[in-house]
Amino acid sequence: MITCLGDALFPRVGLAAVNVLRALGVAVDFPATQVCCGQAAFNSGYRAEARRSAEAYLRAFAASEHVVSISGSCAAMVCHHYPGLFAGSALEADAGALAERTYEFSQFLTDVLNVDRLPARYDARVTLHHSCHTLRMLGVKDQPERLLSMVEGLEYVPLARADECCGFGGTFALKMAPISASLVDDKVDAVLETGAEVLTGLDMSCLMNIGGRLRRRGARMRVKHLAEILAEGWQG
Amino acid sequence: MTATPAGFDALVALTTGDEDLQRWLHDYQLDAKRWRDAAMAELGAPEAWRDAVAAVRRHTVAHLDEYLVQFVDKVQEAGGEVFLAATATEAREHIAAIVRARGARRVVKAKSMVTAEIGLNPALEEMGVEVVETDLGEYIVQLSGEPPYHITGPALHKRLPEIRALFSEVAGEELPDDVEALAAFARRVLRDRFLTADVGISGVNLGVAATGTVVLVTNEGNGRMSTTLPRTHIAVMGIERLVPDWPSLAPVLTMLTRAGTGERATTYVSAITGPRRASDVDGPDELHVVIVDNGRSALLGTKYQNALTCIRCGCCADTCPVYRTIGGHAYQSVYSGPIGAVITPLLDGLDGHAHLPFASTLCGACDAACPARVPLTELLLELRSDVAARESAASSWGLGFRGFAALSERPRLWGGALAAAGAAWPAVARLPLQWLRLLAPWTGSRELPAVAPRSFRRIWAGGRGGRRGRGC
Repeated sequence: MITCLGDALFPRVGLAAVNVLRALGVAVDFPATQVCCGQAAFNSGYRAEARRSAEAYLRAFAASEHVVSISGSCAAMVCHHYPGLFAGSALEADAGALAERTYEFSQFLTDVLNVDRLPARYDARVTLHHSCHTLRMLGVKDQPERLLSMVEGLEYVPLARADECCGFGGTFALKMAPISASLVDDKVDAVLETGAEVLTGLDMSCLMNIGGRLRRRGARMRVKHLAEILAEGWQG
Repeated sequence: MTATPAGFDALVALTTGDEDLQRWLHDYQLDAKRWRDAAMAELGAPEAWRDAVAAVRRHTVAHLDEYLVQFVDKVQEAGGEVFLAATATEAREHIAAIVRARGARRVVKAKSMVTAEIGLNPALEEMGVEVVETDLGEYIVQLSGEPPYHITGPALHKRLPEIRALFSEVAGEELPDDVEALAAFARRVLRDRFLTADVGISGVNLGVAATGTVVLVTNEGNGRMSTTLPRTHIAVMGIERLVPDWPSLAPVLTMLTRAGTGERATTYVSAITGPRRASDVDGPDELHVVIVDNGRSALLGTKYQNALTCIRCGCCADTCPVYRTIGGHAYQSVYSGPIGAVITPLLDGLDGHAHLPFASTLCGACDAACPARVPLTELLLELRSDVAARESAASSWGLGFRGFAALSERPRLWGGALAAAGAAWPAVARLPLQWLRLLAPWTGSRELPAVAPRSFRRIWAGGRGGRRGRGC
């Protein structure tokens, strides 16, 4: 699951995830009929429109054994909201089944592939933004930290107030811009306080928000999805 | 106060522009989290306790008709009078009539959100009655002429210098810059009011249906004073504020105080069953319980029913990043924070409040903290879908999402759009930053991400991703 944002703005993240998964022995497919999970429409109240996107998703991934998403919130949309969105319709069972086999990237590595070591080296101080939907809707808590701890040379610096939202919230960032701006500033303060060289995470929309503010403030910190760190540091 | 989106924006600007207040609110939330986490850790198994509270509250609300009848019967059996008010106006008029009939000149009040909801104080003051809020926080905001800032901490936003100025005005002299001295001053003033008030009005944290008991949790003793010293006690409650019996009260009380203030129990937990009996040493001669509907029963049997299971601990606001950024008054309602964003439009209608369900990043922090498992995010999403259904078919969001849905169903068209956008991006990005009004809210504080020259699907189809299986 490359997600619409990943497809348009961050193809490097999708490629990194593909490379890591393949290196771990996974046969990776990209069903090209996938476009968008419908999260933005759903969260904005446009359920009929969300259902149209979601239906196309159900069809796109009908034959996939596992579905791995590079965005925690898109995975949460499928896992958490698809069953309700299709409740009482002919697609209810399909929606439930897709929710059952959809995973966020780090979750798939630790919980399905049971990865306990990684042949990766990445010499940098790295901090992590957990992302609300990944943390609270998917229950992905220590998975990314466990993966980061397997990377040689990587110094992990925990982020203070890590469970606080970065203020993105999808269309919230546009509809309630002053609130969003204030929240992302708080988050950027916390990120900069770590003294890390790289900010990583599991959801490019949050990272796009924090990264956009970091750049506006002239900070030189690099922003990378966890898959990028693993792919760039992969050895062998 | 008429709520409007413009008013919301103005209040948001006031709060976000006040750096001291921003720090104050953020520090408050971090403190509240520490207290709450410690209280939950001490209790152990907080998730099981939350399940227990949710079960009690959902059961009660699902059988509200039965429990209301039982509660009313039991209050009457114990010698209390009950009035069921369908609307805020009915409630105000009934309470005003009691106050008038007693010839009351002075009313003391213990903290009550529902009396703020129905606009009771202005109605009584219009009759020439002096109304004195006796909860310290409520007293402070009464002096400053503001609505409560937070469900359990009405004067949360007030810092010492402001409180000192407000109290000094009442004292007619400059009071010392000292918390103890200011508290002592308030105590002195309020004590006199308790002793001279004709009527005491309180809220109701919970009503026990099995015995007709009104339960109040307070920390300052003002609840006890307001409900025992005046000869008439009027307890005002929302129709949903019930639990079936004492065993089911236990988990709700336990979690109410721990979630709300991080306390094992508040200093006072008052359980009032009827007025003073012959054998009682104190208590009011008469007890009136006013049960307010004001839009609540209309939610029963709808997708919003569980909004009624809230126990008003205020901890959703304590965890909400939006609340800490915009403050309590921006909600333009007596109810603030996530639960305020939910019940304000539900009780008062979407008109003037339609922006409130969008005042959330949907981060779920409130859901994770709520002791009654009120599905706040789910309720906000339901409200958003109601708002979207009201928006005109030609609204820009509607057009945008319909267009995007159409693209979702046409992956080739989507791929083409990405190719065009990727090719055009270098030229577009050179345009002045404010090139598109739609993106101004983003670019006001953040850099735009670039559209990739080659989308993922194009790279995949071109084999650079190492094509395997199906592709475009």
